[in-house]
Amino acid sequence: MIRLHKNVALSDSGYVFDPATGESYTLNPIGLEIVQMLRQNMTDDEIQGRILDRYQVDASSLERYYMDFIGSLVQFELADNE
Amino acid sequence: MEKLPFERPFIKKVSTGLPAKFGSKKRIEVIPDIEGIPVSHLMADYGSPLFVLSESTIRKTIREARSAFSTRYPKVQFAWSYKTNYLDAVCRIFHQEGSWAEVVSAFEYEKAILNGVPGTRIIFNGPEKSPSILEKAIMNNSLIHIDHFDELYALMELSRKLERKPRVAIRINLDAGIYPQWDRFGFNFENGEAWEAINRILLSGLFDLAGLHTHIGTYITTPSAYRTATAKLASLMVEIQHKYNHTIGYIDVGGGFASKNTLRGSYLQGYDAAPSFDEYADAITSALINSQIKPEHLPLLILETGRALVDDAGSLLTTVSANKRLSNGHRAVIIDAGVNLLFTAFWYDHNVAPTTMNTDNTEETTIYGPLCMNIDVIRPAVILPPVKKGDHLVIQRVGAYNMTQWLQFISMRPSVVLIDINNKPHIIRKAETVETIRQQEQIPEHLQ
Repeated sequence: MIRLHKNVALSDSGYVFDPATGESYTLNPIGLEIVQMLRQNMTDDEIQGRILDRYQVDASSLERYYMDFIGSLVQFELADNE
Repeated sequence: MEKLPFERPFIKKVSTGLPAKFGSKKRIEVIPDIEGIPVSHLMADYGSPLFVLSESTIRKTIREARSAFSTRYPKVQFAWSYKTNYLDAVCRIFHQEGSWAEVVSAFEYEKAILNGVPGTRIIFNGPEKSPSILEKAIMNNSLIHIDHFDELYALMELSRKLERKPRVAIRINLDAGIYPQWDRFGFNFENGEAWEAINRILLSGLFDLAGLHTHIGTYITTPSAYRTATAKLASLMVEIQHKYNHTIGYIDVGGGFASKNTLRGSYLQGYDAAPSFDEYADAITSALINSQIKPEHLPLLILETGRALVDDAGSLLTTVSANKRLSNGHRAVIIDAGVNLLFTAFWYDHNVAPTTMNTDNTEETTIYGPLCMNIDVIRPAVILPPVKKGDHLVIQRVGAYNMTQWLQFISMRPSVVLIDINNKPHIIRKAETVETIRQQEQIPEHLQ
């Protein structure tokens, strides 16, 4: 289960600010959707299901890119993999 | 409801810093086709990776270069530098455009002959020429550019043996005010070595000293260096006329003009840093016209430009094999073309363009080739949209040196396609197969 850190600030345009480090980030639109769903405590399967319903992508490719994206969030210390 | 196009999700750290003094172009160029043929069609028909050359661009560039010189000076001759790209189809385009051949080995000499170039229109440069190929060049009345005294004496022997007067020039290295000063080729101007060679040639009576040649370096972005070099050759020509009453027929200023590729570490983009043909032409021709050479003795001006004439015409089409995230979070992609094909990646920051772009989002990406070697880096950092496995990328300005210096290393070399002036593609070099490589090998009986 991926948990986004509670103090991470997120704007509607995809701008991310981490007050713990002072670093800021930008998300592309799909990245923003995923982070918003993480904030709603949705599970990995629920998030990927929602993306599959909305976008032209197969499940295998999505899983690869989703896991890679989650890895980036963890690496930037914006989320924890619990 | 119709589904939306998918873009790989990504997060990018915002980096702040001082902007470049001149600003920088953020817009990413998209290259969906080469000469009107979609990149995806070319790769479907001829495979990936794939080198593609544009005949129109080659012809346009050589005409532009010729025009820059011939509008300033009455006698101009280009000689196609075979080592830059010696695919026969490419050479023949330049020969059709009136270029002679400039070769630097027996292999290249034979190629020029097979391409139908008359021996008298082959300039034979280089530091190593075997007696057998020199003999052939003498019998064909080719222009032999002498590199060192051992070659001079070898030619003397052949001249006596064949009872022929070889048509020769001497290659001269000189201080043109730039660094590095190339001094490994030819005879030095400043220390008198060039005069020593000229004296031996003219006093022997065995040669027709037809020209003087220099080649000051490569990727020279300072036209004034050519002015200095040409002025020195012109002064030598005047002194030879004065001392021996011998008229030198041509001055060959070699090549070395910069292409529009960006050198690694260069602050300015190659497009802004590379001088135009007009700037080179102005420097070289004004040095000749302003010299003490009498108008009736003005020599033929020979140019051996290679890189600047063919770099723009070549593209390398590649496919993304994989996406990776490096240990520091940096994005990397692996493509199916490595430094074994793109030798110039070692010194250029080649422009890499996607074939489609449906997003405003970009990220800094490292582009690795497919070789299992740490040195296989095509671009250490380039701004790209979030590309996915299977996407195509076009690497621009690869026409010079890559199709001659490429290595059959780890994998085989791909096809080369020429798109003609009617936008029709032709294979001009077939992709290698395992059999291409194996047919050169032999297995001793005890290992069979």
